[in-house]
Amino acid sequence: MTIIVLIKQVPDMEKVKFDREKGRIDRSSAGTEINPFDLNALEAALVIAEKTGAKVAAVSMGPPQAEESLREAIARGADEGILLSDAKFGGSDVKATSSLLSAAIRKIGSYDLIIAGIQTVDGDTGQVGPEVAGILNIPHISNVESIRDFTEESIEVVSNVWEGQYLKRGKYPLLMTVTKDVNVPRLPNFKNKMKARKAEITKWDCSDLKEIIDESRLGVKGSPTKVKKIEVPAQSQREGKIFKDSSSEAVLEMLDVFKKSRVLNKEV
Amino acid sequence: MEEKEYTGVLVFAEQKKGDIHKVAYELLGKGKTLADKLNCSLMAVVLGHPDINVKELVYRGADKVYHIEDEMIFSVPDEVVYAENLVELIKDIKPEICLFGATTFGRSLAPRVAAVLETGLTADCTDLSIDDDMKLIQIRPAFSENILAHIKSDNYPQMATVRYKEFDEADRDETNTGEIIKINALKSGNSLVEVIEEISNENINIADADVVVSAGVGIKSTEDLKMIQELALLLGGEVGASRALVETGILSKSHQVGYSGNRVKPKIYIACGISGAPQHLAGMKESGIIIAINNDPSAPIFKVADYSIVGDIYKIIPELIETIKNEELRVKNY
Ligand SMILES: Cc1cc2nc3c(=O)[nH]c(=O)nc-3n(C[C@H](O)[C@H](O)[C@@H](O)COP(=O)(O)OP(=O)(O)OC[C@H]3O[C@@H](n4cnc5c(N)ncnc54)[C@H](O)[C@@H]3O)c2cc1C
Ligand SMILES: Cc1cc2nc3c(=O)[nH]c(=O)nc-3n(C[C@H](O)[C@H](O)[C@H](O)COP(=O)(O)OP(=O)(O)OC[C@H]3O[C@@H](n4cnc5c(N)ncnc54)[C@H](O)[C@@H]3O)c2cc1C
Repeated sequence: MTIIVLIKQVPDMEKVKFDREKGRIDRSSAGTEINPFDLNALEAALVIAEKTGAKVAAVSMGPPQAEESLREAIARGADEGILLSDAKFGGSDVKATSSLLSAAIRKIGSYDLIIAGIQTVDGDTGQVGPEVAGILNIPHISNVESIRDFTEESIEVVSNVWEGQYLKRGKYPLLMTVTKDVNVPRLPNFKNKMKARKAEITKWDCSDLKEIIDESRLGVKGSPTKVKKIEVPAQSQREGKIFKDSSSEAVLEMLDVFKKSRVLNKEV
Repeated sequence: MEEKEYTGVLVFAEQKKGDIHKVAYELLGKGKTLADKLNCSLMAVVLGHPDINVKELVYRGADKVYHIEDEMIFSVPDEVVYAENLVELIKDIKPEICLFGATTFGRSLAPRVAAVLETGLTADCTDLSIDDDMKLIQIRPAFSENILAHIKSDNYPQMATVRYKEFDEADRDETNTGEIIKINALKSGNSLVEVIEEISNENINIADADVVVSAGVGIKSTEDLKMIQELALLLGGEVGASRALVETGILSKSHQVGYSGNRVKPKIYIACGISGAPQHLAGMKESGIIIAINNDPSAPIFKVADYSIVGDIYKIIPELIETIKNEELRVKNY
């Protein structure tokens, strides 16, 4: 059994700076990390692998330094890392990203389960998972909050979708996207850290994938959506009234707010 | 020119058990503005049981409603089956704009449809307009809600998912006329994924509430939560929670407000014992009036609050409840 985990390297959102005047995002001072939800995706794969003996491959598209994320994935327990990196991949939107990831998955060949995060903290579209499934023409289950059961043929999960929680059973091949609730990611251990240091990261560029996908489908060329402008909105102006010492004063004023907003019990 | 091939604005009207999700009416409201500007027709598509009252979509402004019918297959959230039928319709009618509500199902379905149609998709938009070149400008928050990006698509249809509660619902007018087109569903289906059962549809709809009273880990136990529930009840609202509180198990995930929970925009949001982490703010900072109660004067929640009450929730909330009850008595006896 083979499980593919999709991993994106993202900036540390606590440290990214947003320039309101210029409408720019400055990531230079922020470090990078694995997208938090992708750690849950990896953990889900590792739990399944422990029971089934599956091989776990982490795949990432990104600049050369995204190699660090793949090493970290190995340090946390993945068996191998594949980095898709090429200047020609720059500027990819969801469609181009998903086309590339699908091409790489096809090149890997046999796979059973693909696990992605529900969304990233930067691009934040949450679309890559379902688009990859659409391109590969395999089913997907999104917003997976818990894994109830699994075998080498199928998996049973709870999907939070359609204003409810649905228990779904999927036979492989299948793609699923996971939320923070699905598990608590493990930390790298010493043995795996050593392994990660020595591991050979597979690197594929445009020419390695040319049999499977045409260059015109990748990067800016393959991206129909274009970000035309970025606005950094001002923090909304709020009344900002502070009550420090007198709770009774605060309570009376809140009563007034409730009355004015007409939210007090309708019988009143 | 290739572009002329595509015309009209199509709204996907999500239904569950025959009830059409209100975001569809909001999309018809906004869709009408776009269609008027483009001088094209406004269409809606419903996938569901033959008995669904799709006329409602005409009353809400749709010139044409496509009703893809089946007694069974659309009664569970099966993205494969829905996508297959939508792709077929979209290929056939070629709309220039195609809008989905950014519900959990819409966000799971639309990318599948876009992938097969090989077109772009803009996620979770909060505003839409038509540019001078007659193309759609799609505005969406990104970078964990820190920025707003203006996005345009080169391909057709221009597809977007649009956040619930961003636009007013289209007015309802029973004199509106429109065409209803019934289509039999394709049923090649999905043999790999089986929807076994719906295990909960806890009917708390905090996204729809006018008032949300939310608790953070300032609340220590289920017993203590009672005052939060009582306050919410008095104000006709729902109870929300921070993720940290959900993690304690005191409230279920369906109450969670924030980046990985519900996004709410009530008239009044009351944060009780919540610090105001960016991920929490992402889910509530658009609320009408924000009231925060916290005993730490430096809590970040106070930066976004209209009313910052520095104090102990265990003192303030009971006082607030008491005062509201007295007021109700006073009004009743008057
Ligand atoms: C401000 C801004 C707004 C944007 N808006 C849009 C838009 O509306 N539509 C659009 O098509 N594009 C948009 N893009 C481009 C898009 O965000 C990314 O460039 C695209 O590569 C990945 O999308 P994401 O980060 O949203 O991933 P998501 O779809 O949020 O990611 C979901 C999961 O997919 C996997 N994944 C995502 N990216 C990778 C990767 N590079 N390698 C491996 N696995 C990955 C991970 O498991 C991740 O958890 C936008 C970019 C910016 C900067
Ligand atoms: C990827 C990701 C996604 C996330 N998504 C979400 C999300 O969707 N929603 C969410 O909420 N969080 C989310 N988080 C978590 C978030 O970062 C915070 O950890 C969480 O919001 C904190 O919850 P809290 O405010 O209840 O707890 P704390 O931060 O611990 O704050 C508790 C507050 O209660 C106050 N307090 C304590 N006792 C009293 C008292 N007696 N009277 C008055 N005040 C008191 C304290 O002063 C403190 O400010 C996410 C995190 C990550 C990394």
